[in-house]
Amino acid sequence: MDAILEKLTNPGFDLEKVRSDFAYLELEGPIIYLDNAATTQRPNQVIDRMSDFYRFENGNPLRGAHRLGAAATEAMVNSRARVAKFINSKSVREIIFTRNASEALNLVTYTWALDNLKPGDQILITRMEHHSNFVNWQFAAQKTGAELSFIELTSDYQLDMADYKSKISERTKVVAFSAASNVLGTMPDTREIIKIAKQHGALTVVDAAQLVPHIKVDVQDLDCDFLAFSGHKMLAPLGIGVLYGKAEILNKISPFQYGGEMIEYVEDQSSTYAEIPYKFEAGTQDVGGMVGLATAIDYLEDVGLTNIAEYEAALADYCVAELEQLPDLEIYHPRQGVKGPAIAFNVMGAHPHDVATILDYHGVAIRAGHHCTQPLHRYLGQNSTNRVSFAFYNTKQEIDLFIEALHDVRDIMQLG
Amino acid sequence: MDLRQIYSQIIMENSRSNRHRYEMPDATATERGYNPSCGDDIHLSIKIEDDVITDASFTGTGCAISQASTSLLCGLIKGKPVTEAKELIKTFLGMIKGEITDDSILEEELEDAVAFKNISTMPQRVRCAVLAWRTLDLIIAKETGTEMTE
Repeated sequence: MDAILEKLTNPGFDLEKVRSDFAYLELEGPIIYLDNAATTQRPNQVIDRMSDFYRFENGNPLRGAHRLGAAATEAMVNSRARVAKFINSKSVREIIFTRNASEALNLVTYTWALDNLKPGDQILITRMEHHSNFVNWQFAAQKTGAELSFIELTSDYQLDMADYKSKISERTKVVAFSAASNVLGTMPDTREIIKIAKQHGALTVVDAAQLVPHIKVDVQDLDCDFLAFSGHKMLAPLGIGVLYGKAEILNKISPFQYGGEMIEYVEDQSSTYAEIPYKFEAGTQDVGGMVGLATAIDYLEDVGLTNIAEYEAALADYCVAELEQLPDLEIYHPRQGVKGPAIAFNVMGAHPHDVATILDYHGVAIRAGHHCTQPLHRYLGQNSTNRVSFAFYNTKQEIDLFIEALHDVRDIMQLG
Repeated sequence: MDLRQIYSQIIMENSRSNRHRYEMPDATATERGYNPSCGDDIHLSIKIEDDVITDASFTGTGCAISQASTSLLCGLIKGKPVTEAKELIKTFLGMIKGEITDDSILEEELEDAVAFKNISTMPQRVRCAVLAWRTLDLIIAKETGTEMTE
């Protein structure tokens, strides 16, 4: 606990300065925002950069010869390069902009999966997937006749690697998994999962929506085939996301959506398609979102991904330790290994929606529900849970106020 | 507004009450009411004899608001003609929308269910409060071949 408290007191970055960059903290009746796994807040730098784009660089990218069109194109190119550098992709052509991680994962489903899967094949996902990496694979299984199988969890809410090894075979054509659970905080050994998948010749798809905001990701080091994440969970605006894909695979698969700028030549009855990544980016793209994402990445790297990971881990560990002191509370979060700053819990005798309403009254914003993970909740034996999730702009004091508000839940719900 | 105006004694007691919580094998109609975002999930059963609701019960899980509202609804409609139950739904939904505010009317018609009046100030909890009423509305619409309440 001493090391945790030391980290919370001395985070290794200027926490006060960081907090001054987030306007929501200036709201009257302060908000303790502990719903960062749903979406983070945005610092002024991101909002200002987007504002500047729309004021001074606004044209339709990749079209027209005029100065503003060129400025928008340049903003797009620079943003893509920024993302490529951030996750260390071999080429900028491997970065496809999408609306969010869900759309990125749908892209893989509608292109690679529908083109390649057939009856007898196996799709392997995990028990803790978000619906965005679950329902799409159900759809692929139903369309192609492939079988959908699940890697189960251990009693410590870790991914059961023994179960994984027992289920993977030469029939497994794709292993698609969350690198960080949005509910439990579980962070499985992504490199090991990918290594084993490769040994069996399976494609690897990483849902990194809850990983990229917290831990430095290097796609070449991971050697994954696809990796998806959302901008809005890492300080960028709602509506911009990324699919990383290996160029050799992207070159082979079909386009996702059809229309403007994804083509080369359009004849009456057939067309040829643009080179990657443009082949996958039909229609006018959200360059405002792209510059926001690039600026968010600048911000995260200025604070330092290592600083962020260590400080957020201390916040989560401190919060778990405090929650453990409370009576009649169940915590759904691994106690061992690497984990992200999301913690699910239930107050026995109080429905999560009531808990969230009472906490909201105290200015504490948490999530209540199934968090888009109904199969995981069936496994947990809970209809719904509460979830707190941290970002690096949260503080120990905010956790203390959250815990204090939880005492009022017992009072109002007459739990004694 | 004080939270205890929402989590009032009436609502807390009814959220835990088992008086109307039972299966009804000889029900005239049973419908499921479900809020996918928060997981409130009820099955509402009613028995209709000669256009009168002679029994009403429910099973299921959910937050205190949804469970109390369902329990109070069952108690209120038991013994009432279907046409009167339909009017009660209109009054309850009108109260939640803030369209009917006259306390004397609300108290006379809705009795203890008037305890949900303050929910109109908490839009994110409205769906919990109206779940059972919308479910009953669906049952009545199906049974009588009439339109659902707006």
